[in-house]
Order: sequence, then C-alpha cells, then structure tokens
Amino acid sequence: MSTLALPKVEPATPTGAPKKRLTTWEAWGYALLAPYVVVFLVFVLYPVCYGLWLARHPESYVNLVDDPVFETSVINTIIFLVVAINLKMAAALFLSGFFVNTRSWIKWLSLIFILPWAVPSIPTILSIRFMLNPEWGVVNQTIFALTGLDGPNWLNDRWLALSMAMLTHIWKSLPFWTLILISGRLAIPAELYEAASVDGATTWQKFCFVTWPSMRTLYVTSLILSMIWTLGDFNSVYLLTGGGPADLTHILATLGIRYLRLDQVDMAMATVVCAMPLVLPLVYFMMKRLSR
Amino acid sequence: MSRRSFLRSASTEAKLLLVGIPVFIWTMLPIYHIFLFAISNKDQAFGGKLWPEHPTLRNFAIVFNQENYFLNHFWLQLWNSLLIAVAVGALTLIVATCAAFAISRLKARGGRTVMNLALFTYFIPAAFLAVPMYKAMGVYGLLNHQWALILAMVTIAAPYSIWVLKQSSDKLPFELDEAARMDGASPMQLFRLVYLPLMAPSLVAVGTYALLLAWNEYLYAFLLLSNDRDITLAVALGHFLSADDSPWELLMTTGLIYALPPAAIYYTFKRYMVGGLTAGAVKS
Repeated sequence: MSTLALPKVEPATPTGAPKKRLTTWEAWGYALLAPYVVVFLVFVLYPVCYGLWLARHPESYVNLVDDPVFETSVINTIIFLVVAINLKMAAALFLSGFFVNTRSWIKWLSLIFILPWAVPSIPTILSIRFMLNPEWGVVNQTIFALTGLDGPNWLNDRWLALSMAMLTHIWKSLPFWTLILISGRLAIPAELYEAASVDGATTWQKFCFVTWPSMRTLYVTSLILSMIWTLGDFNSVYLLTGGGPADLTHILATLGIRYLRLDQVDMAMATVVCAMPLVLPLVYFMMKRLSR
Repeated sequence: MSRRSFLRSASTEAKLLLVGIPVFIWTMLPIYHIFLFAISNKDQAFGGKLWPEHPTLRNFAIVFNQENYFLNHFWLQLWNSLLIAVAVGALTLIVATCAAFAISRLKARGGRTVMNLALFTYFIPAAFLAVPMYKAMGVYGLLNHQWALILAMVTIAAPYSIWVLKQSSDKLPFELDEAARMDGASPMQLFRLVYLPLMAPSLVAVGTYALLLAWNEYLYAFLLLSNDRDITLAVALGHFLSADDSPWELLMTTGLIYALPPAAIYYTFKRYMVGGLTAGAVKS
C-alpha cells in the first residue's frame, strides 16, 4: 500500500547519472530537510570534528591516563553501569508487575510514582543532597533519634557517595522504565495467563514461562538504552557530590566537564574520546534495533 | 468457603500494600522534603520534624520579593527559563516537522541518511556532546548569549522529535497524499491542509518534550551562560551550592516554584507524553 508513492529506487550513482531537473516535490523535499541538515552540520558535525582535532595529540591521552582521577572515573563509570542499571531494571520489572494490578489505590499510586520523572532533576537532587547532610540532614537525624549514634558522613566517602549517586539515579529514572515495562506487560494476552492457571502454574512459573519470554526483547532493549543514558548522566553525580570527595566519585561524563571547567580542553575531549568505546557499541546496537 | 476466599483476598491485598507503601515513601521522600523546607523557617527546617510547628509562607515572600543575594534576579531568571523553553519548543517543532514531512511523506532522497544521522546524535549522551559544543559556540562567538543555549537545545531535542514524528507520520495512509496530488495540491498545501491537522497529537507531544527538555536542562545552561542576568533558574539553583552557609530553605522554595510548571505540563499532557513518546522510545 505504501509503495504507491515511493519513488523508483535507483541504484546509487554519485556521478554520471543524467542530470534531471528537480520536480517541485523533490525540491520541496530538499528544502524541508535543509533546516535540520544545517543544524546537524553546524552544531554536531563541525563541533565534533573540531573537538577531535583539538584532541589529536597523543600527549593528551598520555596525560589523561596518568591522571589518577581518570582511572577512578573509569572504575566508577563501570560500577555505575553494572550495579545501578541492573538494580534499576530488576526493580522496574518487579514494579511493573505490581502496577498492572487493577486497584484504584494502585492507579493513584502510579500517578504519584511518576513524579520523580516528571519534575526537573535539580531541585530533587539538591533535596537528596541536603537529606544526606551529616549534621542537619534528615537521614542522620533519624539515625541519631533511633539509635543515639552519629550517622556516617554520606557524601564524604567514595563508596558511600557513589552509592548515593546511584540511588539518586535510580530514584529519578525508575518510573520511566517501569512505565515502559508496564506497557510491555499489558501487551501480553490475558489468555496465556488463564491457560497457565488452568494448568496449575505457580506465580513464579507464570513469570518464567509467560511473562519473561514475551518481555525479553523489550527488557534487553531497555537495558541497552538505559546504559547509554546512564553513561551521560551528569546531574546525578555532579549535583549530588560535585565529583568529590577529592575527585573520587567522578564518572566519565562529569570528568569531561571537569577538565573543560579547568580549561584543559584537549583533556576534556580525550575523555570523551575514551568514553566512545563504551558508547559506540551500545549506539550501534540501538540503531540496528530501531532501523528494523 | 467464603471465609477462605476472604482470607486469601486479604492476604493478596496485604502483599500489595507491602510493596505499595515502601514505593510511596521512596518516591515522596525527596519531594516532600522540598515542600517541608519551603514552608519552614530556617530553624525549623533543620529540626528534622515531619511537619513544622509554625508553617509559614515567608520563604515564598522572600523569593518573590527577591530579598536574598542568591535571588537578586529571580523574576528575570524565571523569565529566561520560560523564554528559552518556549523558543526551543517552537524551533524544534518547526525543524522536526519539516524534516519528518520530507522524510516520511515526500520521500526526499537522502532522507534515510538524515534520519540515521539524527538517531546517532540522539544516542550520543548529551554530556559528551557538551564539550565540543562548548568549544564550537566559542568559535561562533555565541558563548554567554541565550541563543547558544537555544540552538544547543534544539540540536539535542530535534533528533528524537524527528524520529517520533516520522514514526507517527508513517502510519498515515498514503492514499491521502495521492488524492491530494491528483487534485493538484502543491507540497505546501498537502503539508498545511492534510499533514499538520492529522499530526496534531504528535506535534503536541513533541513540542512539550522539547519545551520540558529545555526548561529542565542544567548542564548546557551552566556551561553556555554565565552572566547573572542571562542564566536560567536551573543555573541559579546550582549557584546556591557555591556557599557553605547557603539558605537551603530558600533554595528549596525556589526549586519548588521551578519544578511546578513542568510537573503541571507533564500531567496535563500525560496522555500524549506516555502514548506518543514512550512507545517510540523502546520498540521491542
């Protein structure tokens, strides 16, 4: 049906094709494509090329690898990816099963649950930051009230601070992924579950043999997309810890900006280049998925 | 029998509550914390109570009257946020609608390549693109101009917008275009009279998406703008962190004011946002 309006597919011949006059429709096609192409050339292609040119010297990479902050950042990034994303997606998978229950209070809860995603991240992350304040934060005050002990200085220890940044990230993006997985669950025909019930399947068996096989592709796609976005999650780390204490909680996304703020543009670009081996395979995977 | 089924349904309900209550607390804690600070004066905010003894709207008065060093330009910065968000929404809508129409309906040659380039841009995390973008804006002489932020945000918002619009545009029947052509419609007439009205729901979704993206943006705003009179409210909030004795209750109050419009917009257009955008985000 849609092939009706398709232009004849001509073999790509960059040169030598007889020059035809553009029809009005083709001309408009180019004209309407032009604004985005200009945006792409001016604000994506040129900046990227210019950036790569700035980072052309091998010394930049030597200096980068010599900087202990770089190694820390790479380790943090990988921990962030592995731990935060798997926790988040497992929780989202579980909660999607919870939210498909039809109860009016669950419907209301789902509206509230989406709030972290609906509100901007700066106020909420700063709010979490103050909650974790060692002296006045509500977390340590509660710990003191309950146990009479002083709570830890949450953001002043590498692993605690990194864990809190991961929790912040999960808090912010869990609703979105739960929503995605809910739509996946709702697409599974109810007859499958009824048939499984008739056969006496337990809840766990229903999950293993009905839910999971139907959702696997969606889950993997979500996982990959979530990885790409998490790699670029600047706010959760920067606004919570600022990369501290002593630059121990940087991830690659914040490290690039740190160098940029220190006016070490070549190092900043080198950081971005070093992140590409992590980013590009994931991007390639997503492009394949989407262009099917 | 009925007793047993009652017990069973009660235990199901209990299990659901066992999940629901922690989810509620987990979600609300940081948000309620903001609200609590906003209605408490400084001493009570730090008291760690669940509800202040003397709730007050004093903080809002201070913010609205700009009575604090950090809030000297509150109204101007709110206006900047609004202006930039609206500009990004409008520009993205124009750029993306034109491109999607050309790719999907006019089948412009090279459209597929452009679509792929756009998708590629979409998948490269914005925090990594920020470094080269910052340098390029310097070359263009746009640094510290609001146009830099507007154009950067259009660059970031456009790819996904084009993709969403192309997806929903592909679903329109092609017979419509054929009929319009038969009747001698020009491309622009097809665009205005057939395409735009049919695409209205997706256009709302995309415009809202770009608007919210720009309003919420922190990283690009704080890199590209620095003058106190140019920055958005997001950057101004970040400035509170520069001092050790920042007035956190005012920060939270400003944050609450800043967070309300996008939340309201999100819930108003939720149907479009969820239907139009999330379905597009992850295709299984």
